[in-house]
Amino acid sequence: MKLLNLCLILLTTVSSPTIFASEINSGDTAWILTSTALVLLMTLPGLALFYGGLVRTKNVLSVLMQCFAIACIVPVLWVLYGYSLSFYGEGNFFGNGDALFLTNVARDGLSVGYATSIPESLFVIFQMTFAIITPALVVGAFAERMKFPAMCLFSALWLTLVYIPACHMVWGGGLLADWGVVDLAGGLVVHATCGVAALVVAMVLGPRKGFPGPSLVPHNRPMVVMGAAFLWVGWFGFNAGSAWTAGTDAGMAMLVTHISAAVGALTWMTAEWFKTGKPTVVGIATGMVAGLATITPASGTVGPQGALLIGFLAGLVCFYATQFIKGTLKIDDSLDVFPVHGVGGIMGILLLSFLGAKGILSVGSSGDFNPITQFIIQLKGVGVIVLWTVIFTWIAIKATSLITSLRVGEEDESEGLDLIEHNETGYQN
Amino acid sequence: MKLISAIIKPFKLEEVRQALIEFGVEGLTISEVKGFGRQKGHTELYRGAEYTIDTLPKIKLEILADDNDAPSIVDVISKSANTEKIGDGKIFITSVDDVIRIRTGETGGDAI
Repeated sequence: MKLLNLCLILLTTVSSPTIFASEINSGDTAWILTSTALVLLMTLPGLALFYGGLVRTKNVLSVLMQCFAIACIVPVLWVLYGYSLSFYGEGNFFGNGDALFLTNVARDGLSVGYATSIPESLFVIFQMTFAIITPALVVGAFAERMKFPAMCLFSALWLTLVYIPACHMVWGGGLLADWGVVDLAGGLVVHATCGVAALVVAMVLGPRKGFPGPSLVPHNRPMVVMGAAFLWVGWFGFNAGSAWTAGTDAGMAMLVTHISAAVGALTWMTAEWFKTGKPTVVGIATGMVAGLATITPASGTVGPQGALLIGFLAGLVCFYATQFIKGTLKIDDSLDVFPVHGVGGIMGILLLSFLGAKGILSVGSSGDFNPITQFIIQLKGVGVIVLWTVIFTWIAIKATSLITSLRVGEEDESEGLDLIEHNETGYQN
Repeated sequence: MKLISAIIKPFKLEEVRQALIEFGVEGLTISEVKGFGRQKGHTELYRGAEYTIDTLPKIKLEILADDNDAPSIVDVISKSANTEKIGDGKIFITSVDDVIRIRTGETGGDAI
């Protein structure tokens, strides 16, 4: 009897991992582990360096600090309630509290929903890196003038009121998922939300002292290029990781991502060359980001030819959108978050209806939807996300202003945030 | 005694320094300065927008000289810093009341 018991115990301990192992795909898991690291690399150091180089000498540390702090604040909120409200439950706008504090996430648990061949723990952290970069992108709108405490509070509120519901609506089985909105890696969830939020925040805060003017040019362009290069490489994890499997979809996503980045960069550079007489390094790097943001939602459905067109339109439209926002509307969205990410993300969301459908530029496409029907679905999705983001970003920034003041004083702004907010300087003189 | 201050183009510094050493100048002070004259500033591009930067980087040289040497030194600088283009800079000559070498306390011509 004793021997039999022992055998049974042995049998269970040996066999139970085998059951899970047959469900978890080690190839998929390895790829999403890698992608997670790549997406974090986009924020730290990628975006931090990209933004850090674009501001002035006296504010370089404040921008690095803001990106770093967001990369530390978001994970805590993600564990407490962010993941649960994003990915558990069937609500239209918010999920439920079944996984608060990640209580339901077990060591041997499999991921929920569409990524069924990887551990849930990995799904949690992969999604967390997306939740980190989105509020970090908004930093570009309020750079060089927002107080650090206000920045921390606003980012936490914004994650809760805008990112989490958008994530649930599109990816967590909410309203837009029910409608059939296609958004592979975050044209709406990441780029439309951060872009629209950037406009709202820039308008509430008001322009930097000296805007528009020659005193606001980037202080370290080599840093901008380094950051852009990290973004490009990291974006492979962002888009091809969003395919969830280490298979054909991931391969095609990576290919179209690279094509769009390259063509976006070339197009922006050329447009600038025509307008100003010189091709610039900040221009080619910004066009690359525009190309990447625009292909993001479409990278699961379009093929290489669609990617050429998306990259071209990204470079061209985002370039002129930048001139329009800063030059014509005179809104100091300081590092051009809306014209690059907002316009790019929304354009990608709409274009994929045509370029991702079988039959139109169909080589490599995988969407079997009707272009016109899909376009209307996508358009409705854009409407909901834009409206939601405008309203709740405004609420988040106003609520923040009731608790703590948003901007540094005029004299402190001249002195620079590095010294005023952190008692540190980026460079020794 | 004269203080000769020359504003020159940064890329001409090495040439001017060589010429002054060959002439026999014993010491000189170099500073990186910014300013504008007839050349005005330059244009910087940022994401399709053009901005005029009002000031240009220049090098300022300061040389202390005997009254006798001053004209020759000015001549050496004028020749070696000249590119015959706008923005070559200017030379100012001012009279100096006294000079003191800190280590020895020597004054006047002995301290140069």
